[in-house]
Amino acid sequence: MLRYIAYRLALLIPILLAVSLLVFVLLHMGRGDPALDYLRLSQIPPTDAALAEARHTLGLDRPLAEQYLVWLWRALHLDFGTSFVTGRPVLDDLLYYLPATLQLGGAALAVTLLVSLPLGIWAARRPGRWPDQLVRFIAFFGVSMPNFWLAFLMIALFSVLLGWLPPMGRGGLEHLVMPVLAVALMSLSINARLLRASLLEASGQRYVLYARLRGLPEGQVWRRHILRNAWLPVVTAIGMHVGELIGGTLVIETIFAWPGLGRFAVSAVYNRDFPVLQCFTLLMTGLFVFCNLIVDVLYAWLDPRTRLEGAQVC
Amino acid sequence: MLTNAMCLPRSRSWGAWLGAVLVALLLLLTLLGPWLAPYDPTAVDVSQRLQGMSAEHWLGTDHLGRDVLSRLMAGTRLSLGTVVLTLCLILALGIVVGGVAGFIGGRLDTVLMRIGELFMTVPTFVLALFFIGVLGTGLSNVILAIALSHWAWYARMVRSLVISLRGRDYLLASGLAGASRLQSFISHILPSVLGQLMVLASLDIGHMMLHVSGLSFLGLGVSPPTPEWGVMINDAKEYLWTHPQLLLWPGLMIFLTVMAFNLLGDALRDRLDPSLRAGEH
Repeated sequence: MLRYIAYRLALLIPILLAVSLLVFVLLHMGRGDPALDYLRLSQIPPTDAALAEARHTLGLDRPLAEQYLVWLWRALHLDFGTSFVTGRPVLDDLLYYLPATLQLGGAALAVTLLVSLPLGIWAARRPGRWPDQLVRFIAFFGVSMPNFWLAFLMIALFSVLLGWLPPMGRGGLEHLVMPVLAVALMSLSINARLLRASLLEASGQRYVLYARLRGLPEGQVWRRHILRNAWLPVVTAIGMHVGELIGGTLVIETIFAWPGLGRFAVSAVYNRDFPVLQCFTLLMTGLFVFCNLIVDVLYAWLDPRTRLEGAQVC
Repeated sequence: MLTNAMCLPRSRSWGAWLGAVLVALLLLLTLLGPWLAPYDPTAVDVSQRLQGMSAEHWLGTDHLGRDVLSRLMAGTRLSLGTVVLTLCLILALGIVVGGVAGFIGGRLDTVLMRIGELFMTVPTFVLALFFIGVLGTGLSNVILAIALSHWAWYARMVRSLVISLRGRDYLLASGLAGASRLQSFISHILPSVLGQLMVLASLDIGHMMLHVSGLSFLGLGVSPPTPEWGVMINDAKEYLWTHPQLLLWPGLMIFLTVMAFNLLGDALRDRLDPSLRAGEH
């Protein structure tokens, strides 16, 4: 098991290197001249001399391969350059906003799991009956709902009309309720339906019939024979949900004035603040890949069959 | 074995009808929306601003006195058209890359799939944001950005579909009959791949719509005077406290559209591809 984890951790390095290369190449293939953006955002008039100087300080006059290696060398020393807009080191800015994003995204993931599990089980225990219908309805509603609209509807109801919850900012638990629900509803719905399908499939297997024939109590059949096997597809899906949750968090943050990466990243996109874009993309990718690693390790722990395959790969 | 399809066949067909009717209405609006609209969707009349519902303005007017109903109707074309265009672009990219990778195989396949995996390593929304940053804001760049951040998923699907068909006897026969590789790909593999891809794509339209409207809500797509649902919500958010109805309508349109396509996609999947029935999307 430890060997498997070490192998997966080691795999992170080539993945992040490759993504950094991809991001670098795409940035330099894109339209426009970063030096021009730099001057515009620093409010320096773009004369020829200023452009040439900016190109030189940004290293744009060197060959592309050399630029990448220089960037990589600095990145390994945690220097991702300075933002064109704020003039501060990019990593400092991003790390300043990251905790709020992690809090919101993490809470949304927790709610996704905690709510979808009972919903999925509840629906699967009585297929076709009203709990199942209700969960189907909720899930259908959830996957069709634009998260930003849901956020506004909740603000209109709970803040404007009823005055129960604060409409913006970060603080206590009451600040978390609406943003977390807005981010989590989609993943929660998909997960509940997935779990239901997976549970129904597992409950149709021969070993479940056999367990019942042996006279095991129904609760035990569900816990030990059905749930145990139905977990697996749901665990795999968590990895996918993390990607969705990251995107949802970025959008929802801008609505609730949540002091996370969302607004910062969107303004970087708007301003074509290249160093920020580059580092932001890498940071989010790293987070995503790391979460998937945890999911895979969890999977290997739950299902010993994959552990063997993993060991063979080493 | 119990599967989803065994429960509630009746409510399913009811949903399919609802989806079909809604989609038909939306397509009608896409084609005729700007002409059916009672007012010019961009005509500013400040004396009439922020009106409630009335006989003249059924859904009221916005902060510049523009008729909300007209903007919703005219906005269908951009909001839905963008999604359809994006999906077409993704399908084209996916078929070309996945088709080449699956049909030719070998080292080219490995290289293409490695590149695809790299794209899939970045969360799609983050990748889309990154591409908009590289390309610049604007509607066409949003379309391109979403296509570039989603193509790899489709390419992978197309590739596996093509590989599953590659060893068939009729392909060998068409090769023996003197058809070129491209010819046999187009006439024997493409039709079957397209059919299955359409089912998957129809299930994805709703999801794609949420993506596109999310980006345009962030102000990265269409520029303000143009009627588009995501932008309308972005405009209306300043008036949340005083005129929340301005937020209600465009969001409801997005919700209904996504719901309609989800209903229709589910029905299409059940009808055309029963093998997908057991698993949930």
